Amino acid sequence: MSDLLLLVPFVAVILLNLLPKRARGAALWIAFGVLVLEVAAAFVERFATIDVSVFAVLERIFPFHLATDGLAGLLMLCAGLVGMAALLVARKMFEDADDRFFFSNLVLVALVGINGIAMVRDLFSLYVFVEVTAVATFILITARRMAGTEGDQAFEGAWKYILLSVIASVLMLTAVGFFLLSTGEITLAAAKEALATRDPLAWIAMGLFLCGLFVKGALVPFHGWLADAYTAAPAPVSVFMAGVVTKASGVFALLRIASSTLGGAAPGREILLVVGAVTIVVGAFLALTQTNMKRMLAYSSVSQMGYIVLALGGDPRLGILAAGLHFFNHAISKSQLFANAAAIEKELGTLNMDEMGGLGSRMPVTAGTSAVATLSIAGLPPLAGFWSKLLIVLALWSAKEYAFAAVAILASLVTLAYFLSLQRKVFFGKPQDKWAAVRETSPGLLVPVVALALITIALGVAFPFALKILWGGGA
Amino acid sequence: MTIEIPQSFWLYFTFFALLLLDGLWLMLATRNLVRILIGIEILMKSVTLFLIAAGVLTGRLALAQSLVITVIVIEVVVVVVIAGVILGFFRKHDSLDVGNTRDMKG
Amino acid sequence: MIWFTILLVLLVLAALWASMTTALLRATLGLALTSALLSVVLFAMGATLAAVMELSVCAGLISVVLVSVTSLTQPRSVKEAIADRRSHLRRFWPLPLVLIAAGVGLSFVHAPIDIVIRLPGGDGDVRTVLWSMRQLDLFGQILILLAGVFGVLVLFRKEAK
Repeated sequence: MSDLLLLVPFVAVILLNLLPKRARGAALWIAFGVLVLEVAAAFVERFATIDVSVFAVLERIFPFHLATDGLAGLLMLCAGLVGMAALLVARKMFEDADDRFFFSNLVLVALVGINGIAMVRDLFSLYVFVEVTAVATFILITARRMAGTEGDQAFEGAWKYILLSVIASVLMLTAVGFFLLSTGEITLAAAKEALATRDPLAWIAMGLFLCGLFVKGALVPFHGWLADAYTAAPAPVSVFMAGVVTKASGVFALLRIASSTLGGAAPGREILLVVGAVTIVVGAFLALTQTNMKRMLAYSSVSQMGYIVLALGGDPRLGILAAGLHFFNHAISKSQLFANAAAIEKELGTLNMDEMGGLGSRMPVTAGTSAVATLSIAGLPPLAGFWSKLLIVLALWSAKEYAFAAVAILASLVTLAYFLSLQRKVFFGKPQDKWAAVRETSPGLLVPVVALALITIALGVAFPFALKILWGGGA
Repeated sequence: MTIEIPQSFWLYFTFFALLLLDGLWLMLATRNLVRILIGIEILMKSVTLFLIAAGVLTGRLALAQSLVITVIVIEVVVVVVIAGVILGFFRKHDSLDVGNTRDMKG
Repeated sequence: MIWFTILLVLLVLAALWASMTTALLRATLGLALTSALLSVVLFAMGATLAAVMELSVCAGLISVVLVSVTSLTQPRSVKEAIADRRSHLRRFWPLPLVLIAAGVGLSFVHAPIDIVIRLPGGDGDVRTVLWSMRQLDLFGQILILLAGVFGVLVLFRKEAK
């Protein structure tokens, strides 16, 4: 049945393209429907073992080696929710029907890629699906914008992403080659055994593979492409990328590898701790200096990815839970913030925060939801982000990494600082004259942000009860 | 194949490294977009060589070839998409010089 | 064995020529030549199917794509073309020296990692492996081709607006 997760969006894309031109307007809603199925599938934990004859037939025709588990379910849930938000934003931000059509198609293709990343048990197949997602994203970033005034930015953002993505691919493929030399196989299970035997080839291979993933996931020092790409991309694409794509290609694969191969391996843990800490700090300080709203959000994403990596360096079980929770929280809140930015871009026509001010009274819903998201990411109770930050600190503390726990806490202050700066510049104060005519944005853009904000609040308040479910599913 | 081919890791690794260096240099040192694409291609060739070499050295040639076939397909699509991006850039700027757009700061 | 090494050297030389030649079209030709030589190398190594794919797809299809892009993007200004050629060699002359140095250096490195052991376990036929073990990769190929189709549709559209 895990095959269905790959086949359904794929078939949906085929169907969308068989639709007559007049019916293409429905494309967005069909894609939305597929994403609803995605979210549903994420909750049906034991579906992989349901014994129904139809599924057995599928398994014979498409014997993919896939496995679903709690971790896969996590990514699928994020992909579904973020995808839905992105589609809703696209509905309002893309005025051209063709743009909406291609966006829906490419989101579905990327969805298959992400589902693949979630479920594979093989390093090379992981590379293949990462590439599928990457190519779909290349196209999403550059389409349409090239003709507009933001053409320069669109190109440079896409180009840096493409170049670094190619380098990451080369790193990952070289790693596959070294794994082949070491064990003759490229499955995750074989890699785990090879690492355990301290084979130097296997260690080189894993190091190279991780570097490739660090580049795809924009961890320091390979974070250079993220800000340009997120800023240059059209608003719905930024929502989708920030919410799930970058995470799936980078940090999620780390989560998967950490939970199945590295275990408590010492040098691996130290590398994760250092990379995580440096990423958090560099990302946070870079975010502090930005004037473009999307750029600040982009560097904030870099910083938050650092938290996930840092968590993996702590106590194994607690760390994976903390990382997974932070993964989810960030997906929800960051995509919501980019949707907020989309609303502001639509109503104001600019993303330069120095030109804004006093929007709180003009766009109350946008202001309120963005406050929820920023406070959650900064880690304030009783929002969801507080719990994930707490778990990260606990994971580090129980592994006796006191220095890194301190870094995590202190960096939260910087996070709060730049987010407060964002809130102050954009929403507080008196509205400038030129924004006198600005009104709250259309309901189409408000529905996703309100929904995502509600999830953040609900998870935060109900977390102690949710913990029981997550502990069983994610660890 | 009955022809005797070398079984030396360092031989294959050396030439893999040389091709890699050549591709990287090209990617980094040129300002022409199409040349960067050629550099990307040379990089992919180096990896192709390395994968097949790994297959030869470990006796897993069938697996290595399967991997390489997939890599080549991915390579083609990536080249086509990048060519599309370059075309879009050219249509806007009438130039293939990437130096024209170094205007994003920070 | 010596001719095989010569083949590899020719491969690197072709790549070097493709990198250093001043005219873009010649560089594209150089890349096609590199692909062809790699295909011969792969064939010599026993990877016949991969060699065929490399020859037909890389030396063939990709060269066609590159030549099309080159011809579609002829620089309007002759000055830019000339300036590009001149600055090109200035940045690239160290490359052959670097490559020779790296080649010589690496050939003297014989670190304790002396792999070469043929691992136990069967090999099998490529077609069997591809179609019965790596179906997921095949599905991935179909997916990426689909993405490529969208790429062409979206990126190569005429500026009709």
